[in-house]
Amino acid sequence: MGILSSAVSITRYRVEGKIEGPVIETVLKGLKKNAIPEIDEEAESKAAGWTSFENPFHPNFDGSSFVFGNLFVFALRIDRKSIPAKLLKKHLTVETSKRLAKTGRRFLSKDEKQALKDKVVNDLAIRIPSTPNVYDLIWNYEASSLWFYSNLRSANEEIETLFRRSFNLGLLRLFPYTAADTTAGLSDAERDVLIGLSPTHFSD
Amino acid sequence: MLDLVVAYNRYRFLGDEFLTWLWYTIENDPSVLKSADPDCQSLEVGNRIVFENRKTKSVERITIKGDEAGLEEGRLALRKGALVSEIALIFKTGEYIWQFSLKGESLNVSNLKTPGPSLPQSPEQMDDFILEKTGQVDKILQFLEKIFSSFIRSRVSSKWMSKIAPSIKKWIVSIEAS
Repeated sequence: MGILSSAVSITRYRVEGKIEGPVIETVLKGLKKNAIPEIDEEAESKAAGWTSFENPFHPNFDGSSFVFGNLFVFALRIDRKSIPAKLLKKHLTVETSKRLAKTGRRFLSKDEKQALKDKVVNDLAIRIPSTPNVYDLIWNYEASSLWFYSNLRSANEEIETLFRRSFNLGLLRLFPYTAADTTAGLSDAERDVLIGLSPTHFSD
Repeated sequence: MLDLVVAYNRYRFLGDEFLTWLWYTIENDPSVLKSADPDCQSLEVGNRIVFENRKTKSVERITIKGDEAGLEEGRLALRKGALVSEIALIFKTGEYIWQFSLKGESLNVSNLKTPGPSLPQSPEQMDDFILEKTGQVDKILQFLEKIFSSFIRSRVSSKWMSKIAPSIKKWIVSIEAS
């Protein structure tokens, strides 16, 4: 579900820190450097990186295409290859038989089995295309806020890591404690009370 | 700032208390909603509400859903010590309607439907679409931020234990009597 969807899910973040130097150029550099790499026909089983909001399968950030008014709009793409267990078993059985026939032995050692499995996984990963998942985001730089269009934990963990690596800025996820601490306008004394809070019992 | 993983788990109850307080506020003190957004004509409980009771050894979860669903079982759950952990809400202004769900432990917004705009028909319309759509999403997120801030300021004040929590308890008991 993304910006263009009729129903969306959003995780809210506060962006910690400011970019030193020209903002748009720095963001562009971070996007290009960490753009999603293509892993089809490669052995990698997973890749994550930035892509364009309007053209997620051909990332291109030139011409400030990620700038909409005072907002930065782009997307996180996570590509994964999934090898079906039965397919892996089939190829592993075939390769094991070949190896045994070639060596004239009846069994393979534990290490040989593992090495053969790694080779089969590697060979299949090259042949299997990856499945892409695209998660849009809207970054209001001036307001230090970012909306990430997914509530999936794995996607949220991925963006938190990639954002810091790309722009050298932290993302603070807004859940009850962090929202209370950073957006409710509490005084220091009220923050002390907040830390000491325990659950209220509304029933006897 | 505390370690975030610790803070998430240690204070997740605040989110559930917030949603329970919000339901109480919708039914008893809607002027608070108006102060968070003067355009708010009404905020209604939608077609799904989830309750969790963490007072028991294992977490008990009750989900009530459906357009015609009654909330009697949910009210019973409140009396037994459960709190609202997720709630579908309908936000109305004079002309427009927003629908969304809010989860207590994370404050994540899901299934958010805005009153518009229509999808862009050409790339040239994308800028306008993004800005208008963002404005409509922002309206709800700003409202939620303000209403949550209002709850938190009450929660850390002495009024919480002396006045607000007793009022919520009284409301829960009155549900039993009605």
